[in-house]
Amino acid sequence: MKKYLVTIAAGAALCLTAGAAMAGPTLDLVKKNGFIRCGVNPSLIGFAATNDAGEYQGFDVDYCKAVASAVFNDPSKVKYTPLNAKERFTALQSGEIDMLARNSTWTMSRDTQMGIMFTGVNYYDGQGFMVRKSQNISSALELNGATVCVQTGTTTELNLADYFKANKMDYTLVAFENNTDVNNAYDAGRCDALTTDASGLYATRLALQKPDDHIVLPEIISKEPLGPVVRQGDDEWFGLVKWVGFALVNAEELGITKENVEQMKATALDDQAQLAKDPSYKAKGSPDAARLLGVDGTFGQSIGLGNDWAFNVIKQMGNYGEIFDRNIGAGSKLQIARGLNALWSKGGIQYAPPIR
Amino acid sequence: MATAAELAYVQREEEPILPAPRSEIGAFAWFRQNLFSSVGNSIVTIIAILFLAWVIPPIVRWAFVDAVWTGPDREVCLPEGVGACWAYVNAKFAQFIYGRYPIDERWRVNLTGILFVAGIVPMAIPSIPFKRLNAIFLLGVFPVAAVVLLTGGHFDISFDWLFGLLVVAALLSGLVVAMTTDVRERGLAGIVTLLAIAAAVVAFAYGDGRDTVGYFAGDVGRGGLVNARLVILVAGSAALIAGLVAILRTPGEPGAGRVGALWIGAGVLELVFFALTIDFGLRPVETQLWGGLLVTLVVAIIGMVTSLPLGILLALGRRSKMPVVRFLSVVFIEFWRGVPLITVLFMASVMLPVFLPPGVTFDKLLRALIGVALFTSAYIAEVVRGGLQAIPRGQYEAAAAMGLKFGPMMRLVVLPQALKIVIPGIVNSFISLFKDTSLVLIVGILDLLGTVQQGFNDANWTSSKTPATGYVFAAVVFWMFCFGMSRYSIYTENRLNTGHRRR
Repeated sequence: MKKYLVTIAAGAALCLTAGAAMAGPTLDLVKKNGFIRCGVNPSLIGFAATNDAGEYQGFDVDYCKAVASAVFNDPSKVKYTPLNAKERFTALQSGEIDMLARNSTWTMSRDTQMGIMFTGVNYYDGQGFMVRKSQNISSALELNGATVCVQTGTTTELNLADYFKANKMDYTLVAFENNTDVNNAYDAGRCDALTTDASGLYATRLALQKPDDHIVLPEIISKEPLGPVVRQGDDEWFGLVKWVGFALVNAEELGITKENVEQMKATALDDQAQLAKDPSYKAKGSPDAARLLGVDGTFGQSIGLGNDWAFNVIKQMGNYGEIFDRNIGAGSKLQIARGLNALWSKGGIQYAPPIR
Repeated sequence: MATAAELAYVQREEEPILPAPRSEIGAFAWFRQNLFSSVGNSIVTIIAILFLAWVIPPIVRWAFVDAVWTGPDREVCLPEGVGACWAYVNAKFAQFIYGRYPIDERWRVNLTGILFVAGIVPMAIPSIPFKRLNAIFLLGVFPVAAVVLLTGGHFDISFDWLFGLLVVAALLSGLVVAMTTDVRERGLAGIVTLLAIAAAVVAFAYGDGRDTVGYFAGDVGRGGLVNARLVILVAGSAALIAGLVAILRTPGEPGAGRVGALWIGAGVLELVFFALTIDFGLRPVETQLWGGLLVTLVVAIIGMVTSLPLGILLALGRRSKMPVVRFLSVVFIEFWRGVPLITVLFMASVMLPVFLPPGVTFDKLLRALIGVALFTSAYIAEVVRGGLQAIPRGQYEAAAAMGLKFGPMMRLVVLPQALKIVIPGIVNSFISLFKDTSLVLIVGILDLLGTVQQGFNDANWTSSKTPATGYVFAAVVFWMFCFGMSRYSIYTENRLNTGHRRR
């Protein structure tokens, strides 16, 4: 028994030292390497996929690029590591990558038990429904009596049952083992509706025979908050990645875009100069923008960067709305509606703490 | 009554040679003899023709007539009635070959390919001379050149590596000490062992303690590197010279050749390591960026080249009379045969990082390569063992009667016969290895199939027609390679056939 205890203690000590050794300053390593090692999905439509030239692009990929822009003012300073679902967290824990931007759902067990930390939510995903336009349905609540295609053995199936029960509706289940079969069955007209995570629905729609004949209903019936992840134990790096995400959302809120960021900064600088001369001068730009763009205050220094960190991010990548739009939103082939991912001021729940 | 002589008819001129009857020559006869020789045959023929008429036109229509060949994105493949979306393969073709290998560095992959073809083609054609030089190029020079070209070379060989190398050297020469009966040889090998151990201790003591293994230049501090390289260069050259001296100065003396060969081998090995540390000014390209057919071929070829000798050794080990060797061989073979390749790859990608000390990364492709090579070697071992068992006992006895020791007996008498018998089995294993390379997909390395599948998720190309086209393309490429291997194997079998074939 004693022997066991010793073994366990030794094991625990090993784990602790391993954890402690990991807690090194990631930012220093990143700066020394000259690039960020970012774990991404090998291929997920709109979020991370290679283009014809073999370069990664997508919504999650842009988060890697945004962090690289903050650190190096150069979005190309990223080394992408394609990771599958099983190895993603191991790769982060073992120090193979500096951050993970791979459509990972933020759950309590992952956040508290796996030695990793979610830096925020960049995409509120959740289970939704897709139907044919010809059915003239505009809400999931009109699906009473529908046949629904679903993948077996997933939480999707349970969520579906709960939702229909809660809303006192009937449905007929058509379940398949594998995702391709589910999609093919829906495409062949074996069911009225298809259900899975909303981002997946939009992706599936592209692969249907006639994508334009289908719509995704607005209801989201489960919570799948996706976000970037970093290793536990390096608070500075955690703060950096977290605030790059917040800066993107704040920029959208303040109306700062890739286009006008230079001009906004110029305005803020001008305001500052005028104010120094004449205290009663009425500023043209908002004080929030001045702080975000590094004109006022030293917020960049508190995360180990220069004060123009957010300016560089927006200059290179645009704001949250622009990133969303060009990769998965209206400006992309996927055409995902903003929905929950609209700003809090516009009916969504994307909300960033202020930079003060 | 006429006499027999009067009645006798003697033909005095040759009958004109008539053409063969219509039923015996030409296409008509061929059809009659082969396709319609009996009622049963005729029925089968007609059914087969109907089947082909039913199957081929839709395939041709899908693959050629209705296919879309070029286009900027998925829109061209969307219209109804469009067959294969070759535009997708067209747009992604370079990616299918090179993966994410940087575009302006792809000439290095091409050059490696050209070198490989230049080495393998003359090797595969029996009538071309200089086979020995060719083999030295293909198995000695080419691998080093390929590693340098593909990765960029300039490996950071730290003292830790050197330490490892020296320990291996010490073990090997220690083995010679244990096995040899020649006093001189034992003395020399003993000295080598002591020297290697001493050098290992020095390397360990003065090592820079860095635990980064296999990092590329520029990633980590380079302190101590120059010294480690110098040690390798000096030791390698010294070993080479010592080996040559040993052979030249004591010609004909028993053991001298073997000791010389040992030294030369060690020298060449160290010089190879030195070559890998040289900066050729090539930009490093991590294996992370490799993909497509490049990865398929790298995994398949390295798997084949390493698993064959390893498999032969294991097969001999399994039939050995030495219990420890036999036991270890059996354990090795049964372990690797008993574990699915997917499990091996998962272990390599998910479990290994957990056991390694923090900060140490081990190249993912290398992990997969080692897994695949060990896995295949176990299968090859069993195939070769089958061949060894087919050799009659008389052959062993005859060889022994000629005074051959174990090594020459195997090399000159048994293995040439055994390997000839098992060519189909070996090629079978190789073909299945070639197709199994796709399993590296599950550890996040994208081979040809993986790259094709990855492309399905490029929003520019996602459509209902893309997957079918992509899979057909991948299947055709795989089939071409496997069929090529199969044909060459048949050719080799026929060439080496010395009377065992049934006619």
